[in-house]
Amino acid sequence: MFDIAVIGGGVIGGTILRELTKYQLNVCVLESCDDVSMGQSKANSGIVHAGYDAKPNSLKAKFNVLGNKMMSAYASELGVKYKNNGSLVLAFSEEDLTVLEELKTRGETNGVERLSIIDRAELNRLEPNVSDNAVGALYAPTGGIICPYELTIASIGNAMDNGAKLYCNFEVASAKKLENGYEIISTDGNKVSAKIVINCAGINSGKVASIFGDDTLNIKGRKGEYILLDRESGDFVSHTLFCTPSKAGKGILVTQTVDGNILLGPTATEVENPAPVTTAQGLAFVVDKVKSMCKNPPLFNSITSFAGVRAYSDKGDFIIEKSAIAENLINVAGIESPGLTSAPAIAKFVAEEIVAKMTSLVKNEKFNGKRTPDYFFKNLSIEEKNELIKKDSTYGKIICRCEGITEGEIIRAVRENPKAMTIDAVKRRTRAGMGRCQGGFCQPHVAEIIAREHNIAYEKVQKGGKNSTLLVGKVK
Amino acid sequence: MKNNYDLVIIGGGPAGLAAALSAYDNGAKDILIIERENRTGGILNQCIHNGFGLTRFKESLSGPEYAARFKTEVNKRGIEILTETTVLGFNKDKIVTATSPVYGIFTVQAKAIILAMGCRERSRGALNIPGSRPAGIYSAGTAQKYVNVKGYMPGKEVVILGSGDIGLIMARRMTLEGAKVHAVCEIMPYSSGLKRNIVQCLDDFGIPLYLNHTITEIRGEGRVTGVTISQVDEFKRPIPNTEKSFNCDTVLFSVGLIPENELAKSAGVPLSARTRGAIVYQNRETLTSGVFACGNALQVHDLVDFVSDEAELAGRSAAEYIIKGATIHDAFDCENGANINYVLPQKIDKNASENVKLFFRVSNTFRNCTIKAVCGDKVIATKKRLIATPGEMETLIIPTEKLKEINGTLTLSLEVNE
Repeated sequence: MFDIAVIGGGVIGGTILRELTKYQLNVCVLESCDDVSMGQSKANSGIVHAGYDAKPNSLKAKFNVLGNKMMSAYASELGVKYKNNGSLVLAFSEEDLTVLEELKTRGETNGVERLSIIDRAELNRLEPNVSDNAVGALYAPTGGIICPYELTIASIGNAMDNGAKLYCNFEVASAKKLENGYEIISTDGNKVSAKIVINCAGINSGKVASIFGDDTLNIKGRKGEYILLDRESGDFVSHTLFCTPSKAGKGILVTQTVDGNILLGPTATEVENPAPVTTAQGLAFVVDKVKSMCKNPPLFNSITSFAGVRAYSDKGDFIIEKSAIAENLINVAGIESPGLTSAPAIAKFVAEEIVAKMTSLVKNEKFNGKRTPDYFFKNLSIEEKNELIKKDSTYGKIICRCEGITEGEIIRAVRENPKAMTIDAVKRRTRAGMGRCQGGFCQPHVAEIIAREHNIAYEKVQKGGKNSTLLVGKVK
Repeated sequence: MKNNYDLVIIGGGPAGLAAALSAYDNGAKDILIIERENRTGGILNQCIHNGFGLTRFKESLSGPEYAARFKTEVNKRGIEILTETTVLGFNKDKIVTATSPVYGIFTVQAKAIILAMGCRERSRGALNIPGSRPAGIYSAGTAQKYVNVKGYMPGKEVVILGSGDIGLIMARRMTLEGAKVHAVCEIMPYSSGLKRNIVQCLDDFGIPLYLNHTITEIRGEGRVTGVTISQVDEFKRPIPNTEKSFNCDTVLFSVGLIPENELAKSAGVPLSARTRGAIVYQNRETLTSGVFACGNALQVHDLVDFVSDEAELAGRSAAEYIIKGATIHDAFDCENGANINYVLPQKIDKNASENVKLFFRVSNTFRNCTIKAVCGDKVIATKKRLIATPGEMETLIIPTEKLKEINGTLTLSLEVNE
């Protein structure tokens, strides 16, 4: 029996899981998909928000500002790329400027440091490609960027290195109340028992809570569509550019990513069906908005488009509390933006303020929070690389030519916690297939490595997701 | 392996092999070919269909057979080849950095470099086709690799977007392997593939080609389950109520080839925005002295026979550079005018000792037209064509004696005859 089972291997479940391994607890994470970080943690903007957006005294405001302050050290310990690039909220009218003043005041109330309103000239100096129609901006130097799935994978990987268990393809179907906890049963009939359950199931957290008898969560989905540009255009902007928020929401952003691409989006449409599909209208909306924000955006350099579905609660704020109805259930739900930023702070709070009151927490002296990043090879000097290639020649062979990823790095991702089992899982860990040819050249090679390492037939290799085999059989 | 060579050739595909032979036979015998795959031959290795070599060898060869003729000659001359070795970069001093499982990361000093990296396929992402992102979406070349090299079928019910030659070849190949190809959609009013491929790969198998059509939605969660195609207007916008739906498990993209020039770009070799290859003189020297380019890394060719021709020119020029020293160029510019998409070479030496063959593509399908190379008011060369299409590369020869008459930019244009 586990002391704690976390349901949902997203960034919230992942950071909570890792936090729990700092204590002498037997913990696991139950993930419904074939890899971690497959829900909203796979497809969001990757912004470390400064904290001027959230309503003062809300949980969003509290955890955003705390998380923002923690993120640099948190990411560095896990070897996750983080860049403090600063955010700019663009104003296109006098009205917008008034809103920016309000945002600044709100941010200061929330505890955001060094906010300032800058004029056109200063904006031009910071971002020469911003539209001439912009009249000024709110500058938040504490804003940053991070890769959401890199953070999730690293958190869960590190938790596993510290003893946590990961169960993939474990979609919670039902739960049986035991004397001292729950027996959780998956749709495939697999069972896991735990004394405490933490519900971090994102878009499914309402459903999961009701499986445990708590019907109070009302979670809905909001879809966002994105366009990603080639690294060749990576210096188009350096800060994260937002529009002045309106009743319609935060609007479209234009940002660099930590991997040097340019990300455009998201749209925001309420959806019943959480399938992350892009639409012609959605992508056209992104294009139009970006053109109104920037001069000559290099849209010709698009390498992919994608959609993500973000869960939000009807409460308008995060839900982070012990269920009032279901015993030993903690709900961490409705974690929409700024959820990624808040994740490390939420995790700490859940462990220290909620779990600590339900069970006694004894420090795990063996906990090691460091993880060798999946991209470690890129950061080595040529001498260090050659030392490694001498020991392991696979590091001398490039598999993904667009991103310069070696066979050694792919093998490592397939072997390290959490093990990459699919093409997409390798892609999220190593960036093989993430470049301008989108896996056209490397996919057959990556599939070979996965088949060899996991000892499965070549035609059984999956792209990622249920029934996603790449091939249908041998030729005649 | 040594740490210096007269000539380093980046890429051991058809361009690299032909360039090596030509350089060798013209006196530059100290050559290293660097190839990233585990054997030379490049994309020819997966092109098991025939039709290669009709121009050059007057016989129809398969891709591997065509490549083998060059490999044999390269081996006869003992030209050094490093396989499974990827070039990471080079600089203006012609120091080439590469990585291999055997040698690790190493550098070699070259006197001259030939860029023969080939091209890559445009992917779905470049077009922002809406829908989901399931398994079963491949570029035609990737599918070709799975079928012809790995021996596996990527799917059974297929829709193809784009009528490029690889897409057409794969329509036939998948059909021969028992798959059903429901449709080939082409957003343009004409195919970008060769006429003979339309006939032999689609018509002969009853595969419908939908011109002025594109895919407007891809469906499926794990695996593709279907697509919607729509007719497009003259601005390539989908026309409402023209949607057709197909159930399929596979979507292939054959929507254009892009010369691979990340290495050239990072080395500071100036590229053309039109070809996306290097800007070159008529001898295929780039604007970086001693760096030459040829094959699909320079411009996307229709036939490998033409790749070999161009590579031989680059190889010969590189040998001349190595033996005689750097050429001092005194050149005029060559530009595309009306109805021409691009023209190559972009620069021509006034004192070039041979006729200069201009390579270009027209911007639409034209019937009964005249192609003219003009400098100011002077007509330098003309050629009449009954039909010219963007799918077939066109050429025009500028005789050496005419070069002296050119005292400004040479502009190539196409006029439709009255």
